[in-house]
Amino acid sequence: MTVSTQGHSDGNVDPREVQRFAEIAETWWDPNGPFRPLHKIGPARLSFIRNALARHYQRDSGGVRILDGLKILDVGCGGGLICEPLARLGAQVTGIDPAEESISAAEVHANINGLDIDYRAARIEQIASSEERFDAVMCLEVVEHVPDPAAFISLCATALKPGGLMIASTLNRTLKSFALAIVAAEYVLGWVDRGTHRWDRFVTPDELQSALENAGLTDVRFEGVVYNPLEDRWSTAADTDVNYMAAALKPHAT
Amino acid sequence: MTQRYDIVISGANYTALSLACALSQALRGDLSIAILDRNPGSEDPARPNTSPRAFALSSASKRMLETLGIWSSIADNAQPVSEIEITDSSLEAGIRPVLLTYDNHLDDGEPASFIVPDALIAASLRQATKEARNVDWISGAEAASFDEIPGGLTVTLADGRIFNCSLLVAADGRRSKIRDLAGIGLISWDYKQSGICTTVAHEDPHNGRAVQHFLPSGPFAVLPLPGNRSCVTWTEERQEADRLMGMGDTTFLDELTRRFGHKLGELSLVGTRASWPLSMHLARGFIAPRLALVGDTARGVHPIAGQGLNLGLRDVAALAETITESVRVGLDAGDQQALERYERWRRFDSTLSTAAFDGLNRLFSNDTTLLRSLREAGLGLVDRLPIAKAAFVKEAAGLTGNPPRLLQGQPL
Repeated sequence: MTVSTQGHSDGNVDPREVQRFAEIAETWWDPNGPFRPLHKIGPARLSFIRNALARHYQRDSGGVRILDGLKILDVGCGGGLICEPLARLGAQVTGIDPAEESISAAEVHANINGLDIDYRAARIEQIASSEERFDAVMCLEVVEHVPDPAAFISLCATALKPGGLMIASTLNRTLKSFALAIVAAEYVLGWVDRGTHRWDRFVTPDELQSALENAGLTDVRFEGVVYNPLEDRWSTAADTDVNYMAAALKPHAT
Repeated sequence: MTQRYDIVISGANYTALSLACALSQALRGDLSIAILDRNPGSEDPARPNTSPRAFALSSASKRMLETLGIWSSIADNAQPVSEIEITDSSLEAGIRPVLLTYDNHLDDGEPASFIVPDALIAASLRQATKEARNVDWISGAEAASFDEIPGGLTVTLADGRIFNCSLLVAADGRRSKIRDLAGIGLISWDYKQSGICTTVAHEDPHNGRAVQHFLPSGPFAVLPLPGNRSCVTWTEERQEADRLMGMGDTTFLDELTRRFGHKLGELSLVGTRASWPLSMHLARGFIAPRLALVGDTARGVHPIAGQGLNLGLRDVAALAETITESVRVGLDAGDQQALERYERWRRFDSTLSTAAFDGLNRLFSNDTTLLRSLREAGLGLVDRLPIAKAAFVKEAAGLTGNPPRLLQGQPL
């Protein structure tokens, strides 16, 4: 396993964001801890990922190990909340995150669960400038935390093999997302710490689509992720006003 | 050497076996499942089963068994119930006025329930479980304790063997050791009644009619079986039940005939008799970390409505669905959110059912004139309201509320 140590002060990473996540890395896997919202939204996000990959690679059998043999990169993997499920589905997973504490927590947790995941304290720039390429790249809930989303998407696209699939998730910049993701989630319900999100950094589907297309990707598909308060459950839906996901294809060279 | 399974099911009753079949099918055998059966060698489908019991399977349960591919081996010997007749009178009354008759068909013409002999369900489920992919049926295995470890549980058997798992399912019956070890309390009471069960042959055909006589000591149910035979399930105060069970066949048949009546001609006894004490219980919770309770371990209802197995299968359908959804997106088989969803789905329904069947039993197990007129007024009213009757039939068929997919006949 390659573990790179890297200063946090340069590149397309906001050092204050990295520090704040590192402080709570130990608690990544507590379903009732500060990452409870990510645990709650997990099944809906994973269901979008499973469906998108199963459709793209024509693998849906209804069984568990439908991603057998696929090489997947999770950018900004945190404590491994997405890496572990993808590994259980059979994928060969690499998770990168600039926060070393998150990577350490993720490694410990994967070992306990008997999952073989390649975690690296690294940034996307390092993968993009290497020769390593992946069948799918996940950038989930990261574009709204980086200063230059378009440049970040472009680096993620570089890490894809031709014919590979990029999957992104983020928050839309609408009045509704301000009300729900900032006012409700941070101030009223206290689901996430105040200051977790900056609404001005949220990305609209149009902006994300431009960034994906400028990075050479095509066939962009969107789906919303909505919360049902009666069932206390998130699910995928057409409404992309607040949380949404996108899948985009890197075409083979023509 | 510690063996690891994704899911360990403690118990080998119908809920345990159907859960193993449902999960194995839904996930194409990708999860490893162990069934801990305390009986040695009882997995043999050829083992003779002399149980006189029969179950009233709701049409929802039937749809679930159909979806699991089990119904085809049961269908030929399942008796559809076309009509249900309810009477309410004292034992001495010569003629029992029929209080309520209702047509037991759903809107689409399908019967709302089927009577299936115990031995037939047992044989079919055993066969299906033996054929299920990645399911190990371990005989002579009884869970003695379990402990949380990072990322899972260890289950220690009475003989010292140890299994690791992501999820433990307690299907080990009403006196579940696992439920007690998990510290899940029980609300329960004893009815001071016993159930007696036997099979009779009669001269005349029953035409698919089930009968529920509400006698002062408790309900006396006649469930039609294929051919000119019926299963009799009979509730008596405990001492009286012991006296009846101790009788020779001739006197027992006389007592049975007094209650059964002569509508179907001469009666004769077929096979064995069985009796068991009646009680009701409801677990205070259906889940703990990496643990789920199903069937009789979670709740036991009065057999008045014949709903015990149906409720158990409903648990299985709900749990199989929540686990399948989680595991298919790569989550751990013991995922806490899936368990919470299972509990929310099942516990409210179970509380309602236990309370309703208990109330029904109390209402009818009493011979005061006041209660009798109340019953007559109540059921008489129902009899005159076709909408209410159709609603009852639908409720008993298990098709109200938000039924799990398997109960709607949809695969997971």
